[in-house]
Amino acid sequence: MARPLVTWQLFLKASSLQRKRAVLTVAAIAWGTVAILMLLAFGQGLREQLMRGRRGMGENIAVVWPGETSKIWEGLPTGRAIRPRMEDIEYLRHRIPDVRFVGEITSWSTTLSYGRKTITGRVTGTNWEYGDLRNHYPQPGGRFLNPLDEIEKRRVAFVGDAMAKEIFGSENPVGRILQINRAPYLVIGVMQHKLQMGAYGGPDEDHVVVPITTFSAQLGRQRLNNIVFKVDRPGQMVGAIQRFRQVLGKKYRFDPQDKQVLGIWDTVRGARIMDNITIGIRLFLGIVGALTLLVGSVGVANIMYAVVKEKTREIGVQMALGARRGWVTGPIVMQGLVYTLLGGATGLLIAVVLVMLIGLVPTAGNQALEFLGKPTLSWPIAAATAAILGTLGILSGYFPARRAAGINPAETLRYE
Amino acid sequence: MNWPSLRKSNGGPPSSNGRIIEMNNVRKVYDTGKVRVEALRGIDLSVAEGEFVAVVGPSGSGKSTLLNLLGCLDTPTDGRYLLAGDPVADLDRDGLAEIRNRRVGFVFQNFNLLPQLTALENVEMPLLFGGVGGRKRRERARDLLERVGLGDRLEHKPTELSGGQMQRVAVARALAMDPAVILADEPTGNLDTTSGVDVLTLLSELWRQGSTLVVVTHDPALAERAQRVVEIRDGLVVADSRNGSTSH
Ligand SMILES: Nc1ncnc2c1ncn2[C@@H]1O[C@H](COP(=O)(O)OP(=O)(O)O)[C@@H](O)[C@H]1O
Ligand SMILES: [Mg+2]
Repeated sequence: MARPLVTWQLFLKASSLQRKRAVLTVAAIAWGTVAILMLLAFGQGLREQLMRGRRGMGENIAVVWPGETSKIWEGLPTGRAIRPRMEDIEYLRHRIPDVRFVGEITSWSTTLSYGRKTITGRVTGTNWEYGDLRNHYPQPGGRFLNPLDEIEKRRVAFVGDAMAKEIFGSENPVGRILQINRAPYLVIGVMQHKLQMGAYGGPDEDHVVVPITTFSAQLGRQRLNNIVFKVDRPGQMVGAIQRFRQVLGKKYRFDPQDKQVLGIWDTVRGARIMDNITIGIRLFLGIVGALTLLVGSVGVANIMYAVVKEKTREIGVQMALGARRGWVTGPIVMQGLVYTLLGGATGLLIAVVLVMLIGLVPTAGNQALEFLGKPTLSWPIAAATAAILGTLGILSGYFPARRAAGINPAETLRYE
Repeated sequence: MNWPSLRKSNGGPPSSNGRIIEMNNVRKVYDTGKVRVEALRGIDLSVAEGEFVAVVGPSGSGKSTLLNLLGCLDTPTDGRYLLAGDPVADLDRDGLAEIRNRRVGFVFQNFNLLPQLTALENVEMPLLFGGVGGRKRRERARDLLERVGLGDRLEHKPTELSGGQMQRVAVARALAMDPAVILADEPTGNLDTTSGVDVLTLLSELWRQGSTLVVVTHDPALAERAQRVVEIRDGLVVADSRNGSTSH
């Protein structure tokens, strides 16, 4: 036993009288720590899931719909339909080289058949770069469209995973012939399953993708249903949209300020809002956890108050013998801290085990669980919790210690 | 009983002209909000180095209050107090703690030993607060306990000691920092006659070896052994007798 800590030892002996309460309080702190860690961990898991889901459609992209003019421009009337054409993609790429463009020709109720199975579904004719822009990655053994498919107008199809299951069942679709409006297409790949939150027209797992050139020829259509473009960094999106409107405005003669001509869904902006929402959620969860901890700390402080009250005479004796305030307060503050950190360490251990156990629960197939994501503990969460615990620990000892320091030895030692 | 030498001479306190205690017109008012008690109403008292002063008087006359002020456990409402030549009026709480640690040794009627600690650890406490290192501290504490006749009780807790033994531990503790004055408030008040005589003999021995003592007592035997008797009534010194001859 360290001799210089006789008073410390004294206080430990004193607190053992409060053992039952101490155990309860450490448990309360542990519970608070578990609560704050789990809440933050779920918040983190949710955040990561949202980010993944958001990226599911594509990162830093904007989606464009055609519309009608609502402003008079260069003597032309309002209400003119502006429908960009397939060759505008090349034109846009040429005029705005640092932004990547693809066009889409969509056909909704298309007959899709394989063998005896026939369904109606959505088919998208698009450029080969679409795979990267819109996160269409092939499952092993398949591929997405390539430049030659587009140039040679090949009849090849890339199938969404849900649709593949519906048409082909348990068969491997790659290498089979899929009839699209009674024209035979060779299936070259099936999309890897992905979590997707945003969508237009429908989820990506539910459509078939074919080369835009092939599809345009088959349908005899030149007009695009959508244009999708992608910037490298989120900050470039506003400028890209502006230039996009100017380039097409010049070509089709409409006011670049006219928002009705082209509907543009800027996913970067949506993402920022989503970020703020998740920050809000996590802040809320963190505050709830912190309040739980605070309640535990009040418990610690109460124990220390009880110890001080019980030991008033002994503290008075120590003061009479020449103990400075630090001698009296130090052990109390230390003890509050020790109780709190003990509870915190216990809570951390429990939380880690819980997170691991929850990680073992299978979520595939259960949409609600899949959306919720897995709770994730991170260093920032641990650091924040440790900081809160440390602060509360010191405070829970500080106030009782202050009371102890205020003891008047003469009054305490009065003997009648 | 023959006590071996307990006091190592420290050459006397500085700049006090042999006066350990110098009190002028000291007043103490307890104001609890509802009641206002004037416990001391103008005390003049001076104690020279090496004196053995007994403070007597009826219950409630202010003896304990006086002793607490002398020991810097409390501060006067009014008046001047020099302890070993130094004014203590302007000291903060830590400053007073240091004075109590170095200049004063307390002995209480109810011993006030720390119950969780052994006799040795109890005597170590003032040394601990005075910053005396571990080995030296234990040696000094053991020394002191041996000198008060408790060399075989070092590891005993207060509850395992008799009243007389506890008070001897308390005396050893009071001596630990070699204080300028030992203040005892009815040190035999809680003891049976034999133990009381023991403690009394111990205190007399300390005095003979050069300690300055101020002892509050009801015990005529104790007052008799003192060199000087100060009588207090209603917060005032009403008599100050020396060697049997009374003077005001
Ligand atoms: N802390 C206190 N608060 C209020 N009154 C006190 C306090 N201490 C002592 N007194 C009062 O001061 C007077 C002197 O008390 P005390 O010095 O203890 O007397 P004695 O020791 O001579 O019996 C008494 O009337 C007592 O009630
Ligand atoms: Mg008294």
